Amino acid sequence: MDLSLSTRTVGDRTVVEVGGEIDVYTAPKLREQLVELVNDGNFHLVVDMEGVDFLDSTGLGVLVGGLKRVRAHEGSLRLVCNQERILKIFRITGLTKVFPIHTSVEEAVAATD
Amino acid sequence: MATVELRFSALPEHVRTARLVAAAVARRSGVEEAVLDEVRLAVGEACTRAVGLHQTSGVSAPVRVLLIEEEKQFSIEVGDEAPRSAAGALAGGGDEMDAESEDEMGLAVISGLVDDVEVSADEHGGHIRMSWPTPPTALLP
Repeated sequence: MDLSLSTRTVGDRTVVEVGGEIDVYTAPKLREQLVELVNDGNFHLVVDMEGVDFLDSTGLGVLVGGLKRVRAHEGSLRLVCNQERILKIFRITGLTKVFPIHTSVEEAVAATD
Repeated sequence: MATVELRFSALPEHVRTARLVAAAVARRSGVEEAVLDEVRLAVGEACTRAVGLHQTSGVSAPVRVLLIEEEKQFSIEVGDEAPRSAAGALAGGGDEMDAESEDEMGLAVISGLVDDVEVSADEHGGHIRMSWPTPPTALLP
């Protein structure tokens, strides 16, 4: 399965809905999308991972890169994920401490630091 | 002992194929369903690393994956042909810092996932060998 991406605006947040597999082949597409959003002035991102079937370290690297970009503009990057197998990857790499991870898009959109 | 061998050109699009084949052979050899996700992720990380090493070093040889069914365990060996210097660093690569930091992230995931893992490298290339236990009765004739 390939990667699917769609974006929508909710209030002052931009929600990126990701589906399929994020790996070494597809991760560049996600990187391009995040870079484009930031370049267009969207600094508060919510990445909805509920439709993601597979995530590897390349995908993690892209998310960390996205976080760096939005932080440079005092923005935020929040994740939505309830899938244990995806959460496990964030846990073993220590990235649960880096990304705010929410159980729903509504919760992520409403969240403030 | 039964072995499935897979060789693929060092291109990102083939890493998914390697994951699918590895998971299929692991399932057949009796690796528990709950562990298959780990097998898929670990072999993907090892192959991604090998593809990156071949590309950085300009190695045209394919990446080699061995899927080995043994009596009490299932092993995966991913081999690359990217030469390392004596210090273990890539020989002659211009983007060593980038390549190595991605390398480390992949290895971090592998060592977090797999209890039984061996990583080795010399001037001819590197190997990652990962093993998972299987119930002895699971091997079918």
